[in-house]
This record gives sequence, structure tokens and C-alpha cells, in this order.
Amino acid sequence: MEEQQYEQVGESLFHTVLDNGLHIYVAPKPGFQKSYAFFATNYGGMDMRFQLDGKWLNTPAGVAHFLEHKTFDTKEGNALQDLAANGASPNAFTSTSMTGYYFEGTDKFEENLRILLSFVSIPYYTQESVDKEQGIIGQEIRMGDDEPDTQVFYGMLEGLYAHSPIQVNIAGTVESIAQITADTLNLCHKAFYDPGNMVLCVAGDVEPERVAAIAREILPAQGHPRVERDYGEAEAPQAHKGDWEKVMAVSTPIFQLGFKDTPPEKGAGWLKWELTGNLACEALLGTSSPLYAKLYGEGLVNESFGYGSEAYPGAAFLCAGGESRDPAAVRNAVLAEAERLCREGLDEALFQRLKKAAYGYTVRSLNSFENICVSQAMAHFNGYEYLTFPQCFAAITKADVEECIRRAVTRERSTLAVIRPKEGV
Amino acid sequence: MSTVTRNQLMPGVFLTSIHTPKFKSSMLSMTLLTPLRKETAAVNALIPFLLRRGSESHPDMQSLAAALDQLYGGSIEPAVRKRGETQCVGFVGSFLDDAYALDRSRVLEPAAGLMGELLLRPYTQEGAFCPEYTQQEKANLADRIRAEINDKRQYAVSRLVEEMCAGEPYGVGRMGREEDVEPITPQSAWEQYQALLAHSRLEVYYCGSTQPQEVGRILEKVLKGLPREGGYEVGETIVTPLALQIRQVTESLDVAQGKLTMGFRTGGITMADSRYPALILCNALFGGTTTAKLFLNVRERLSLCYYASSSLDRYKGVMLVSSGVEFADKQRAEDEILAQLEACRRGEFEPWEVDGARSYTASSLMTIPDSQSRQEDWWMSQTAAGLAQSPQELAQAVKDVALEDAVAVAKGLSLDTVYFLKGAEG
Repeated sequence: MEEQQYEQVGESLFHTVLDNGLHIYVAPKPGFQKSYAFFATNYGGMDMRFQLDGKWLNTPAGVAHFLEHKTFDTKEGNALQDLAANGASPNAFTSTSMTGYYFEGTDKFEENLRILLSFVSIPYYTQESVDKEQGIIGQEIRMGDDEPDTQVFYGMLEGLYAHSPIQVNIAGTVESIAQITADTLNLCHKAFYDPGNMVLCVAGDVEPERVAAIAREILPAQGHPRVERDYGEAEAPQAHKGDWEKVMAVSTPIFQLGFKDTPPEKGAGWLKWELTGNLACEALLGTSSPLYAKLYGEGLVNESFGYGSEAYPGAAFLCAGGESRDPAAVRNAVLAEAERLCREGLDEALFQRLKKAAYGYTVRSLNSFENICVSQAMAHFNGYEYLTFPQCFAAITKADVEECIRRAVTRERSTLAVIRPKEGV
Repeated sequence: MSTVTRNQLMPGVFLTSIHTPKFKSSMLSMTLLTPLRKETAAVNALIPFLLRRGSESHPDMQSLAAALDQLYGGSIEPAVRKRGETQCVGFVGSFLDDAYALDRSRVLEPAAGLMGELLLRPYTQEGAFCPEYTQQEKANLADRIRAEINDKRQYAVSRLVEEMCAGEPYGVGRMGREEDVEPITPQSAWEQYQALLAHSRLEVYYCGSTQPQEVGRILEKVLKGLPREGGYEVGETIVTPLALQIRQVTESLDVAQGKLTMGFRTGGITMADSRYPALILCNALFGGTTTAKLFLNVRERLSLCYYASSSLDRYKGVMLVSSGVEFADKQRAEDEILAQLEACRRGEFEPWEVDGARSYTASSLMTIPDSQSRQEDWWMSQTAAGLAQSPQELAQAVKDVALEDAVAVAKGLSLDTVYFLKGAEG
């Protein structure tokens, strides 16, 4: 494996690519008890329409997530139990564009890695177990129905996008998952759980060459060509709908304010877009911005306020949200502040300290093995190396941040999603 | 690789210092320990948020934010925790470790200075807290208490504890009661703040690459002027060993899914008890892991839920079960949970269940030193209970405990309260 040093942040990363197309990254972490392995496929909630063996297929909402649940089933039993019986903490998640399986543990790393690579790569789906899972996932969906943060986030995405499948709930609906059969799962596994469409990231006090050797031993020798996906019609630059609302049993209005941006191209530009987007949020409404102090002082936001930028194939946005007595006033204040920044420019001293703060925050986040592995997996799928962020930060100019705000933070590109309290709660 | 040292800096002020080069950050916390009482819980919870608004030399949020940005985006957050019947209020901070500063500048010393200033020298008006900040933070605290209802899963657990421990200080939430917020004035908050500073034990925690002696030197300087007037003992948590009768409480709210929670008394076993490792194993076997009876039966075999798990409050001698089920399935889920507890009491375990529960729990304890925040919470909580056991020592005890002891502990669990949150209609 080839080692790349990132001296400034005190990390190194080993990398290799197997003949079957699987990329492997290992971050050595001497002095830690635990090790962490993350095996992910570039396949998530948004990948519902794709071409397999020359045919375009439409799959129901929630199938990537359903597949994640059922992939733990093995001919001999259940891999979740096998890993837990070895003392590891295993789990998995499905996001908009990725499904990842992982474990963290202090013992039996190599044995656990074999289990992880085997159960994810070998499909074993029976109709009986699919039927049984409908009840469990049905309850997971119902749990999400009671979570205002989940509801308001999807509400914002529904407002921003007319066509992009990122607005579809990753878990699907009770009705959509009812259409899923063992055949559907086998088809999707064949399409997306191919080594060439996957990545393995490991962090811990482990031997990088052993990781590669085990992957060669367990996984198929050959990969297949990537499948084509369809994310629907190209999106207009404007938000599809400016407002979205729902009533729930909450104590105070909960909102998400989104701004639709032009999606970045894969490669180094993707990382630059993300870091610039985060800095734009910091400058415009971040906790050390003049606007935040004003909104907090007026009681319009509280410490639940959060913000950031997200990019997916064909869709990218900035967003901010939390609890507020008057979400519409927050939106108006953000738009007015964006206009002011476009007119007067961003204060140079503020920009420099925001960059310094963002750098420190990102370095601190390298304490988390999960963060290193998941971020590198996303970076790999989007065509860049995560640990190049210090150089990328250094290259971002004040004009880049101003341009991002000018481009994205306008009324036409915005959606305000609000959960209103039900009367009497 | 890392060493833990503990020493007294001033009367009633203790520093727990963990020296290790393995993190990118340093973590620093300052926590005042005070008895949890319904009358003072709200004002105590208000104080760190009020202090975080401004200090003598950084009188507003913007100047504080600017100072933190200059410290490489360090964070200093108000922290209000409940450990048994002790309320723990103060600050938790995370900063870039000095080793990674771009210009070789030092971060820890000014960061500790800023935290000390927030704790000891707040921005004042007319000898008390600033009225404007007090008004705003009171409103935020009331919102925060009311906002508990937004997270239905957690809300059902909080309501269970409130109902189960209605006559005990433990029944009070960590943020206090909403009705106690309104009467607080800048003057009354100031008086409580002075009393907290003078009479509470202060636990300071540091983890990072700086040597303990140096950390001690920095903190002695930073905490100079802390009033010390005695009375630093931390009160004991009252433990009710047995439930006398089972209470059923059902409430309704506009929810899509029912939230079922059940509270058990542990027969008087808390973290200070020699049977505590057996209780940990018992909880892991019953509902603490994905190899546990609740996960395998309530979720996997019967498909009744997405989550069904149990957890311990190690100070109070309480075990809580939480699950999300269809309204109509409440009784079936409750019956199955109790049937699984009976199986535990009969000692019906496959060897892999026992191995899994044991190694999962030990592994989870062994990884605490790999996380600065878990480690901070561990030591702060240990010291609040007057204990000095390390996570590694407890992990070893769980590895060594006999299965029969865990079964004996299961027999001593008694169901106290069942709380069910159902939908508004029907």
C-alpha cells in the first residue's frame, strides 16, 4: 500500500486499489485501544432509477435502506449478532448517496473484518425475512414521523427541489416498502454492491497490508462496470416552492431555511464547494457573525441553531435551522444580511478568523475514527482526498465566499420549511 | 500511553488530569457539584448560560465568539448534568491541541484563562447579572424545558422518571421546572451564583498533551480569587431498593407511534455496590445490546418495534426500558418485555449470549479512554459519586463476574412504573 503523509494535521493514510476495483484506505492510529472499519457502497436513498444489464429499472422509495437492514442476514444466521458476540459494536446507516456498514471494537479485529466483508458482499435475502422486516422498518418510519427535525428537513428539500430524488425520505413510506421483495433486494445488491462501486476505510492501530490481504481473500476477484443512474430532469436554479409547513405536537416553531446552489463537479472542486459553503454560512449567520448576535439577542434563535452545506449528484444547498418564535423574521433578516454583505463586502478580519476557527474545528474532528473513515469514503466517491482540507482552506479567498453568498442566498433560491405547534400543546 | 492524575488545587477544588499525546484537541471542563433540589434546579441551570453571555473583558457574545475563533475555533459550552441527585453545572471546552497550532502559538493557557474568566468574572450591571441577559436566558431556559416534548422518545423516558420518582429529588429534571424560571431576578440569580461559587465542590478536568504539573500551574492562576467558604461535600443519592406496587400511567399526545417505557428498581444496587458489575452484565443480557433478549425477541422475532432496549442509571439504582410500538401493540410488547425478564431470572442463556454481553460491555468500557468527552463524563461522574474506579478496572470486573450473580441481580429487579405515550385520537 502507498503511504501519504499529512504532516500538518499529524495523520497519514495508506491507500491501494485491488484488481476488482475496490479502493482501500487505512489511517494508522497508534495508542488507541479501538479500531474501526467502514465498508461503504456509493448507493443511497436517491439511487432509485438505474440501468442494469441494459434495462432501466425503477425501484421503490426506501429500498437502499431496506437492503441495509437485510444485508446483515447470512445463511448461518445474522452478522450483527456475530460481530456483537465478538465484543464489537456493529451498525450501519443509509444516507442520501451512500450505505455504510461498520464496526468498532478492541479485540479480534481481523476476524471481525472478515465478517464485515463477507456479509456485505454475499447476498442472502429470503422472502420470509423480507416480510418480517416490513414491521420493524415500518416502526422506524413511524418513529421518524414523530421527529420534527427529520420532518422539517425533508420539508425544506421538497420545497427546494422539483425533481431531484434527494427529497424522498431515505426510509421510504409504509406503502413504498410494501412493494419490496427479495428479488428487488437481489437486483439492487447486484447493481451497487460491486467492489468497484465500494470503498473500505479503516482507522486504528492495525497493519495496513493485512487489511488489503484480507480484502483480497474475501471479496470477488473481478468487478463489473458501474451502473448508470438517473436523477430526473435537471433542476432550475430557483427553489421549486418558497414555503412548506406542517403542524405537529411541538413546543415552539421548528424551521429549516434552505438555499439552492449550483452543484459542484466531482474532484477537488467538490471539497472547495463544501468548505466555501460552510464559511459562507459562518460569515452570514454563524455563531460569531454579527447577524447571529442580533437574532439571539432578539430571541429569534437559540442554541439549537445549526447550519451547513451539503452536496449530492445534481443537487447542492446551504441550510440553517433550529427553534424560533418567528422563522419568517429569521429568513428576512438572513436575506437582508446577505444583501448587505454583497454590497459592502465581507470584513477581512472576520474572514481571517473564521478561516482559522474552521481549520481548528476540522482538525479537532479528526479525533473521531468514524469521522475520518466516513469523510474519506464520501471524498473517494466524490473524487478528492479528505485530508487535503488544510491546503484547500488556505486557497479559499474572501471573494470566493462573497461569490457563494451572492449566488445562493437570494429569496428566489430559498425555501423556508416550518413545523408549527399544534394548538393546546 | 496515558496517565490519570488527581490533585487538590484549592480547598474543595480538584483537578483530574489525563496526559496523552494521542488527540488533536485538548478538553477542559469546570463543573460545580450541588444537590439537586426542585427549588434551586432551574436557577442553577440558568447560571452557566448566563455566564456564557459575557465576561468583564468580553461583555457580549460577539466578542466572546471572536476570542474563541482566535483560539482556532475553540468551544466553551454551558453544561448542566444530573448525576443521581447531584446537579452538575459549569462549562465543557474543546480546543485545538497546542501541537497543531499553525503559528506555534499556545492555545491551552489563553483558553483556560477565558473559561476561568467566564466562571469567575461575569459581565455585571449594578452589582448583579445584566437584566437584559437575564431576561433572555430565562426565556431560553423556559423554551428549553418546554422543548423536551419535541423529542418524543426521550420525553417518554423523562416522564417515566418524573412519575416513578415523584417524591424524590431525582424526579426533578436537570433543567428544573418551568414554573421556577419566571420568578428569577438578576439579583436572585446573582446570590445563588455567589453561593454556588463559595460552597460547591469544583471538579476540573483536563485531557491533552500538556504535562499535569503545567496544567495545575495554569489552573491555579486561572482560578485565583474563587471564593471558598466551606461546605463542599457532595450529598448522597437516596436509593429506593424495591417497588412496592406497579403503577400504570398513560398519557396522550399527537404522536404517530406509541412510546412505551418501564422503570425498574435494582434492589438497591448502584455503582458503589460490589454487585454493580453483575448488574451491568444483567442489563447487557436483558436489553443493553443487539445480542440482548429485548432486541432478539421484541424486535427481531416479533417485529413489534424498531427499538427496544434497557439502560441503567448507575447512581440511582434504576433500570429503564424504552421502546416505540404501535398503540395497539402496547400490551403485547409489555408482556414480551416482562417474559424476557423472566427468562433472565431463570438463567436461560446460550453461551454466545453471555460471551457477547460480557465482551460487548467490556469493549465499550475499554474504549472510553479513546474519547475525550466520554472520558470527561466518566471521571466527572465518578468523582460526583466519590469513586475512583477507572473504566479499565470496571471492564475487568465485568469480564470476571459470574453469570449466577447476574441472574441473582435479575431476580432482584422490581417493576415500579409503566409509562405509555399514546396518540391523541382513539
